This record gives sequence, structure tokens and C-alpha cells, in this order.
Amino acid sequence: MSKTPEELLQIHYHPPKHDWMDPSIDFEARRGTWSYPGGVKSLEYLGLPNPREWSPTDEDWKLPPNWQEIVHRGFKDLLTKYRSLRIFMDCCVRCGACADKCHFFIGSGDPKNMPVLRAELLRSVYRKDFTTAGKILGRAAGGRALTIDVIKEWFYYFYQCTECRRCSVFCPYGIDTAEITMAARELLNLLGININWIVEPVANCQRTGNHLGIQPHTFKDNVEFLCEELEDITGIHVDPPINKKGAEILFIMPSADYFADPGIYTFMGYMLLFKYLGLDYTLSAYASEGGNFGLFLSRDTAKRLNYKMYAEAKRLGVKWILGGECGHMWRVVNQYMDTMNGPADFLEVPRSPVTGTVFENAASTKMVHICEFTADLIHHGKLKLDPSRNDWARVTYHDACNPARAMGLLEEPRYLLKHAVNHFYEMPENTIREQTFCCGAGAGLGNDENIDMRMRGGLPRANAVKYVHEQHRVNLLTCICAIDRAVLPTLMDFWVPGVRVSGIHELIGNALVIDGENERTTNLRGEPLHGEGEVSDDV
Amino acid sequence: MRAVQALTVVLLLIAIAWGGAALIPAVFAVAVPYLALAVFLLGITLHILAWARVPVPFKIPSVCGQQRSLPWIRQQRLESPFTSWQVAGRMALEILLFRSLFRNTRSVLTPKQRLVYQPDKVLWLGALAFHWSLLVIVLRHLRFFLQPIPRSIQLLSALDGVFQLLVPTLLITDVLILGALLYLLGRRLFNPLVRYVSLPADFFPLLLILGIAITGILMRYVDKVDLTAVKELALSLTVFHPTVPHGLSPLFFIHLFLVSSLIAYIPFSKLMHVGGVFLSPTRNLPNNNRARRHINPWNHPVPVHTYAEWEEEFHDKLKAAGIPMEGDD
Ligand code: HEM
Ligand code: SF4
Ligand code: SF4
Repeated sequence: MSKTPEELLQIHYHPPKHDWMDPSIDFEARRGTWSYPGGVKSLEYLGLPNPREWSPTDEDWKLPPNWQEIVHRGFKDLLTKYRSLRIFMDCCVRCGACADKCHFFIGSGDPKNMPVLRAELLRSVYRKDFTTAGKILGRAAGGRALTIDVIKEWFYYFYQCTECRRCSVFCPYGIDTAEITMAARELLNLLGININWIVEPVANCQRTGNHLGIQPHTFKDNVEFLCEELEDITGIHVDPPINKKGAEILFIMPSADYFADPGIYTFMGYMLLFKYLGLDYTLSAYASEGGNFGLFLSRDTAKRLNYKMYAEAKRLGVKWILGGECGHMWRVVNQYMDTMNGPADFLEVPRSPVTGTVFENAASTKMVHICEFTADLIHHGKLKLDPSRNDWARVTYHDACNPARAMGLLEEPRYLLKHAVNHFYEMPENTIREQTFCCGAGAGLGNDENIDMRMRGGLPRANAVKYVHEQHRVNLLTCICAIDRAVLPTLMDFWVPGVRVSGIHELIGNALVIDGENERTTNLRGEPLHGEGEVSDDV
Repeated sequence: MRAVQALTVVLLLIAIAWGGAALIPAVFAVAVPYLALAVFLLGITLHILAWARVPVPFKIPSVCGQQRSLPWIRQQRLESPFTSWQVAGRMALEILLFRSLFRNTRSVLTPKQRLVYQPDKVLWLGALAFHWSLLVIVLRHLRFFLQPIPRSIQLLSALDGVFQLLVPTLLITDVLILGALLYLLGRRLFNPLVRYVSLPADFFPLLLILGIAITGILMRYVDKVDLTAVKELALSLTVFHPTVPHGLSPLFFIHLFLVSSLIAYIPFSKLMHVGGVFLSPTRNLPNNNRARRHINPWNHPVPVHTYAEWEEEFHDKLKAAGIPMEGDD
């Protein structure tokens, strides 16, 4: 780690003297705040433009000779396809209400991380190229010519936006900087400018079915290995079907859940729950990824990867799809999937085989969030839960951006927590629910070379955790997002040591009382149930 | 400085009106307002049509509250609307009360390195005071264009003047709009971040409207305008039979010219936010994505990796691992 928390906290919110319209980014001096470019092999596999070796620190980014024309045409194309972009380009009044709502601005003080100015980076070019006033008056009308330095600045700042949409909640017109960032990234893509932390998982996912590039036999190995661990702890044998035709439900989760700590404990939670219910389901090694890094590259790549979900559901002949705990996965599933790859008329409106509840809210997409599914079970008294098995944990809950602001999935996870744990504490109200703060590493920015900016972007989230850590001795940060589970542990170690991270179904798995299980002496992580977290001085 | 650029333009407009009206009053009393109105109507129509022509490929509401899911979980209807009526409710709150701006907070890093988010409603209050006063003032002006004056307009003017019991001739909206404009301008000038992002085009409308308000107030309280002459002109314009009465002061011509400039300027500027607030896809779409499919008119095909291709590539590994395959049964 290159900087200490004390160093990072020297944040100055005063803008510099020079005009923001003059771009210049010294990539060398700013190491730790940007990500490495997309690899040649991945770009070639995906058939994306201009694969080449290059580095942001190079003077020459090896762009095609007619790059200006390419961007201009691409911009025009987007403006005729997305009303959102058109309107957001035209109607910002620069009131500044969004300015200090972005975690990257709060954590860095860099004025170009104010959503309004991030958008102006693109908007200024829009004015110059596509509005009469800008064409004639240029800079006086806020127009800016598209130079190579502008492109470099786009790369820097549009990969410092996690598409979290918090700014959009506060804007009087709902201007969503995520839409603007997506557009800018699509334009940069036309020139072959992107980052490897996105491009490689996308290529992997296209090929093998998941971001991590896990091939089907390894997928099966991983699942079996985790199930053995689970059996060691609980004495319950689970043997999840893979690619089983005719199952009632296809279950799709983010790949990190069957691959990496701490997601694997969430996976164990799912498995235990399904076993308990005797659910007729299957996993798929082909659709072995719930997440969709394609979304962070372009909406076309999002569609390419998302295609597998319905295709696999159709092939296997399932009735409906159940989805695991993942943030951006649910942005795609909830707001894009049906439009992109639907209609799913070969599936049935989801109906819980346990409670008979028909999920009318998923009547068209036919995909249910596992938190909705489990909340329904608990509400109908179908689960026997012993929350005291989670007494080692003093828990708070982080709303992942997308389930919060692209779905409104706010109460379901809280309902689960209230039944699965005894010690639950909310973070301050301006940092949760629809106002939740990003982990600082979403939208493909969770890589190590970007660590300084990650820690900065994660500061508002971490600061709120620190508050409940100090007030209530919270030691477990729960979330329903695979990116969160991957990046929050680092964030906590940096800002709030002593707080760990888990998914919600891990805690459900701990609390679930199953016939024939061993007496539980450890949680799913294999740690003693009665640990340091257990304190009974709550009032 | 950007504010100075904007101020220069406004002063220039004032000078043009002053000089021009003395030389060619008919142009400034008749031709200019007509022209401005034509530009406004045409400009706004074309702009809205241009927006409306662009498709909305995805249903992307920014959800600000609990979704409708299970029947026993309370949906927040106005923050996360599911039906069109609920969307209408959400939009009404945005348009009439600036709901989202009301959420405004100020983020502060305390010396103890704690981030706190203080409620900050001043911007909301200032914006609301400005817009509502503007609306009431525009409506009050209808008394010049309508004969007889409708009861509703009379009532509105009377309400606006309720404080006249205390201070004769005082209109609430005059005070409010001046105060609000000065606040908004002050914010742009003295809040370092807002100042940093402000363009000349952000100062210009504020100064222009301030110019309009000041000249209007001067005509009311200082250099009193000949109201019958104004009404004669206004009525003659509405019936497309323009006559330019005597007794119109230079101040009136300046006021009229600034108003004409404003309405002609609207379609080409950020003042188009009037339309944007109605058409913004993050606000005017329901959060019912999974229940009702949204159609993307240009939903083009993309290169996908089919199951068959996948199975072919991993055939041996699938077989060795005993994962069921298509040919199996
Ligand atoms: C339904 C109609 C309208 C709505 C909902 C609306 C809403 C808003 C909001 C929320 C703001 C941001 C807050 C602020 O900076 O004051 C704003 C700014 C502004 N509006 Fe409107 N507006 C509407 C119509 C108009 C009209 C008709 C005009 C003038 C012709 C206008 C002039 C302005 C100006 C000049 C600003 C910028 C204030 C500044 O620079 O600080 N608005 N509007
Ligand atoms: S809140 Fe909206 S209108 Fe105001 S500056 Fe930000 S993007 Fe522009
Ligand atoms: S979407 Fe999130 S990261 Fe991007 S500008 Fe808005 S608040 Fe910042």
C-alpha cells in the first residue's frame, strides 16, 4: 500500500486556480489512481477495436489516425440511441447539488470527481461538436475541442466513476452520471482504450462462462470441494446438480461465491438452504457467472454475457431462475436483461415451491432475487433459525449500490438479518439505503494498481462503518454483492481494522437448524461460535 | 472572468434597448417581441421533438425507495413508483416541489476525521422561492393581455399583495425573486466549488432575469409606467393588430427587450431543463422492470458464445468430469 490512512486523509476540497477546461494528467505522478490497459489477447478474443500494447504513461497511446472522426461518429450514434444521454447533455444547470455526493470527490477532493464536472468533461465536447452556440462561440459557450489530452482525461476520470448512481438521487433532473460514464467508456472503447481488470474477465466470461475463467471441470471440483467443507462443519451432505435438465429452478450466482473467501461461505449458505428445502434446482457450468463485467465496458458486451442466462434456462427446461447475492448482476438482471435478451416466454412466472408465493414482481423477467425468496420463506415460518449461532458477530449492513438504486431491494436483506442475527446496527442514515455509499471499487475498479483511489473512494463507506464499529463494536460488515465481498475486506483493513465482511446467506447458513446436522461448534468459516464478538451488554 | 462576460452581455442588451427604442420604437415594441416569441415556440418545439425522437432503450429509473416485491413489504410508492400513477406522483413532487433537491446535504470532514452529512436545504429553498415567484409573476402579467381580467388572476395578485396591509404596494413575489436571485448569484460567486464549475451561460440567465426583475420593480415603484399604454400595446399584440401607444418609457422598453431576449434564449440554453425534468428517463419511468418488459427499438444482435460452441470447446473436460451433455440422453 503506497499511502497511509493519515496521508490519504489530507483532503483539500478547494478547487485549484487554473481553469478546469485545460486538461493535463501526469499518469506517472498519479500511480495508484488508475488501472492498467486492456490486454491484447482479450481484446482480440472479443473482437474489440485496436488491440495493442500501450501504457497510460506513454506519450503516444497508439490511436488510429482518424481517432477524432471515430469519436465524433460514435458520439453522434450514442446521441441518437440514448435519450438519457441527449437530455443529460442538454439540461444540467450546474447547481452543484451533486458535487459532494460522489464518494470519489469526498475521498479525493479532486474537483473533476464532482459528478457535475465529470459530466462536463464529456459535455464540453458535446457543446463544441453538436450545439450551435458551441460551434460558433467555442469556449465562451462552454465548448471544448476534442484533443488527445481530453481523451487522456476521459480515460482517467471515467475510470474513476463506479457507476454507482448516487449523484442521480440528488440531482433535480435525475441526471445519472453512470449513463454519462457508460457513454464515455463506449467512446473510449472505439479507440481501444479500456482497462484490463474489465476486459480480461469479460473475455473469460464469454469463453468459459465466468469472469474467473474457470473451466467446467474445475467448476465442478470447486463446488464439490466447498460441499465437502460444508459437510465437515455441519455433517450435512449436499450434492448440487450441475447442468441438470428438467430441474424446476436454475440457480445463478456470481463466480466469486464458489471461488474466493469470503464469498465461499455465502455459497455454503445457499447450498445448505436449498438442501433444507429439498429444492429441485440446478447449477450451470455454462451460465456459471451471475455478475456481468460486460456492463462496465459497453452495453453490447453486457448483452453478450447476459445472453447465457436465458439461453441456459431454455436449454435446461427450467421453470424460472433464482439469482444469488451480487450487486451489478442485479442491475443487469433487473434493468436490462428482459429488454436485451427477452422475452422469456419459455419460462413460468416464478412460484416458490415451498410457500406457493407467486413472485408477481418478476412476472416478465422470471428471475427472483435470493433475498426475496428467503424473506418469503421466513415470513411463512418455513425456516428454523437460531440467531444465537451468529452471536460472534455484531453486524451492520452495506446496501450495494445497484440492488439499492437500480432495484429498491432495501427491506428484504434487513428482514433476513433481523431473523438471522441478534446484534444488528444500522450505519448513519445518509449512508444507507438509496443514499448508500459505494465500496469505491465497483464498475471494474477493484484492482490493485488502483489501490489509492479505491481507498479514497471507499472512505465514506468505511467512515460510516467506523462509526458503528466505535459506537456498537460492530465487527461484521454484511452485504449482498460479490464485488463488495472481494474489495471491502481490503478497505476495512485499511480504514477500520477489526471489521470483517460477509454475505447474508452465510449468516442464514449459520443460523439454519437442519435435521440430522452435527451440533454446531463453529460457524461456516470453521471458527468457534463463541468468540470475541459475543458481548451481551446491549440495551 | 465568466461572470463579467455574462454581465457585459446583459449591459449590452440594455444599451441596445435604450438606444434602439428611441430611434425605432415600433421595432422594439412589436417586431422584437413577436420575433422572440416565434423563436421561442419554434425552438422549444424543435428541441422537444429532437429529444422525443431519440428512443429510450432501457428502463433505468433511479430508485429512491423500497421496491414493490412481496405483499407484506411496504413499497415506497413515490420514491420507487410501480404504476404510471405513482410515476405521475413522483414527477409532480419533482416538478412542483423539487423533491430531489430537498435531499441535499453538505458533506463535511470534521477535524476528528469523521465524515458528516449535514442537511442543507437553503439551495432548495432558494430554488423554490425563485421558480414559484417567477411563475406567479408571469401569471400576474396576464392582466395586461386579457380583458376582462380573469378572477383567478385578480385573486392571485391580491394574494401576492396580502402584506400590503403592512407595507403599501408591496408584492411578496417581488421581494422573494430578488432575494432568491441574489442568493443564487451569490452562491455562484462565492461558493468555491460552484464557482469553479460555473460557465458564462450560468451567470447570464441569472443576471438577465435579475435585470428584468429590477426594471420591473423600478417601473412599479420609482419611474411609474403608464399602465394604460402598456395594456393598449399588449392587447394590440394579442390580436395581431399592433399599435404603439405614446407614453412608453425607456425603462419599459428595456424591460420588454430583456424579456424578449430571455424567451428567445430559452430553447438554446440550459433553461431547457424545463423540458428535461419531464423527459428524464431516470425519473419518469416506473420501477417495474421485472414485471413489465421494456422494448428497445434498436435492440441489435451481438456476437454470443452459444452453448453448442461452449460444449464443443470443453467436450473432453465435460466428459471427464461427468457433467451431463446434450448428446447424453
Ligand atoms: C417546470 C419547470 C421548472 C422546473 C421544475 C425547474 C427546476 C429547476 C431546478 C430544480 C433548478 C436548480 C436549482 C437552482 O439552481 O435554482 C433550476 C435552476 C434554474 N432555473 Fe428552473 N425550473 C423550471 C422552469 C424554469 C423556467 C421557465 C426558467 C426561466 C425562464 C427557469 C430558470 C432557471 C434558472 C435561471 C436556474 C439556475 C439558477 C442558478 O443558476 O443558480 N426555470 N430550475
Ligand atoms: S445536480 Fe444535476 S443539474 Fe445540478 S449540477 Fe449536478 S448534474 Fe447538474
Ligand atoms: S455515478 Fe457514483 S461514482 Fe459516478 S459520478 Fe456519480 S456518484 Fe460518483
